[in-house]
Amino acid sequence: MTDTAQPYPPGEYPIVVVGSGPGALQTSYFLGRRGIEHAVISADSGPGGMFRKWPFFQRLLSWTKPYAPAEKTSRAFERWDWNSLLAREPELRSLAAEFMDGSSDFPSRPEMEAQLTAFADRAGLQIRYGCRWEATRREETADGDRFILTTSDGEYRCRYAIFAVGVAEPWNPPTPGIELAVHYADTRAAESYAGKRLFIIGKQNSGFELATGLLQWASRISLASPKPAKTSIETRSLVGVRARYVQPFEDSILGGGVDILAASIKGISRSSSGALLVELERSDNAMPMHVEADEVISATGFVCPLRDLPALGVATFGQSKLPAQTDFWESASVPGIFFAGTIGQGAAGLKKHGIPANSGAVQGSRYNARVLVREIAERHFGIEMDRPEIKIGDLRDYLLAEATYAPELWHQKAYLASVVSLDPDTGVRDEGIMPLTRFLDGGGPDAVAMTVESDGATIYPVVYTRFDGKTEEYPLEVDPLNDFDGLPYKRALGTILNRVTAGASAA
Amino acid sequence: MATRDEIADAIAGMAIFVDLARPQLMGVASRFEEAFFPKDARVLRQGLTGSGFYVILEGEADVVADGMKRATLARGEFFGEVSVLLGEPPIADVVATRPLRCIVLGGPDVESFLVDHPRVMYRMLQAQARRLSAANRRFAQT
Repeated sequence: MTDTAQPYPPGEYPIVVVGSGPGALQTSYFLGRRGIEHAVISADSGPGGMFRKWPFFQRLLSWTKPYAPAEKTSRAFERWDWNSLLAREPELRSLAAEFMDGSSDFPSRPEMEAQLTAFADRAGLQIRYGCRWEATRREETADGDRFILTTSDGEYRCRYAIFAVGVAEPWNPPTPGIELAVHYADTRAAESYAGKRLFIIGKQNSGFELATGLLQWASRISLASPKPAKTSIETRSLVGVRARYVQPFEDSILGGGVDILAASIKGISRSSSGALLVELERSDNAMPMHVEADEVISATGFVCPLRDLPALGVATFGQSKLPAQTDFWESASVPGIFFAGTIGQGAAGLKKHGIPANSGAVQGSRYNARVLVREIAERHFGIEMDRPEIKIGDLRDYLLAEATYAPELWHQKAYLASVVSLDPDTGVRDEGIMPLTRFLDGGGPDAVAMTVESDGATIYPVVYTRFDGKTEEYPLEVDPLNDFDGLPYKRALGTILNRVTAGASAA
Repeated sequence: MATRDEIADAIAGMAIFVDLARPQLMGVASRFEEAFFPKDARVLRQGLTGSGFYVILEGEADVVADGMKRATLARGEFFGEVSVLLGEPPIADVVATRPLRCIVLGGPDVESFLVDHPRVMYRMLQAQARRLSAANRRFAQT
């Protein structure tokens, strides 16, 4: 039965957004501010997505620094705030800091949920809650294809569907006896593990989060997966176990009742004593070993809850079954279906030096959402974005300021670029933020792009030029204070710009 | 394609991994990541730093240098290793001519992978020797 008290009753809308986590909220916000009619539906009863429940130990991995060296409502502050959603209105910006109690620069889960709820309320976002997307089909009409989303409230028809449903469906490997393990998603209260021998399958952040939180309760903790565990400090990126969860490493090194094993799990069985027996094969020498445990928790990750989208033709890849996507987060195999939020990591970009973008986290996906909506607005709704003119004499300093302060470039390294076009017919124009791959592969007039990148050891700005259809890459020097607008940078960038502006005083 | 088991199955018959037993194939599957590229997407870019080592699981790709097609790569073939080993940008584009599934290892991880898997290093060297021999024959004919 249709609930008339809720917004967006079943029917036809230009766009339907599915979800109510950060990705859906951010996407709906930008669609609304661009005046694009859309419906938002969610199976949940309120906003927040995964943050309504997780992380299990109720403290996020992502920081917000309230006393960062930038005004809280400024664009520059976003570099120091990984958790707030983006907004044009100052009163809607940097909400994470407003809800934090000062006990940590990592917000608690309830603080995160509260600031997302406040964003939805204050921005006036309308969401139809309790409306579960169940199935999808496509119909050809004389006016173009329509997607039909069957939901618990009825059918929604749309030209474009944006799925922001997270990577939130628990996944277990097909290991014999895996039914004897519980998934991370079903972990019990910490005190119920008091005195237990705990075996955790998986050495990603979720496994180490549990290990860290249960150190004081479990009598022994073993973690295992085939690959050796690396910390984010070792990889010098967000790949690897975050610094917040290094205590189990130290306990392991000191022989303090934690075992961190590089081994594949061959099976789990229950012994005659009632204990669980985990059979392993060591990665270093393929020799068998076993560990006896009272509890086994599978921290083996989550997959995308895409329902029947693969049957509709949406190609997926990887263990998380991410949809394969274009540069602008559109299904690579079914045009008209887009993805927002953490699913956007399926548009991997260049992954230079093996380092992924931060699209799986709020601090990256919020910018993806803004770029996505701009693309949809321009390509499908004829809404052109302003492209302010930049005086040629200001170009060099503008680009260096972007490298030093632009949060998009810092959070989405080698993934999003700040682009300026140099078309003789229209002048020097700020094209805004776009995927680096689009700049490199999309063609167009002469232009210059600025990114911030990391090679796994250092952070540095990189300039890309497109001149006479050919792209070139110019990595700039490293600065120990990450201050990229000093004299050496002005000289280096000035020389590069002179090549693409025919020396028209860009330097 | 998704799980490590499925990737291990997919690479089991490939020349570069032919010497590996099942546990080692599982190890390869856990160290590489799967990547998907739509038709016409560039996988490697000529002159751009920071690329990785790719092995094709499905699909085809062209090697294009300075706008000229040089070769076509298909399932079981690999690319990107030269620029990673030399620490130099690729000297050609690699462009998907059909939807392309690969496994990929980031450049910084290639050395340790090859040192850990000398039989893969040997097979890679063998493939490079064949390519060099073919290039020499072409050169001799000109």
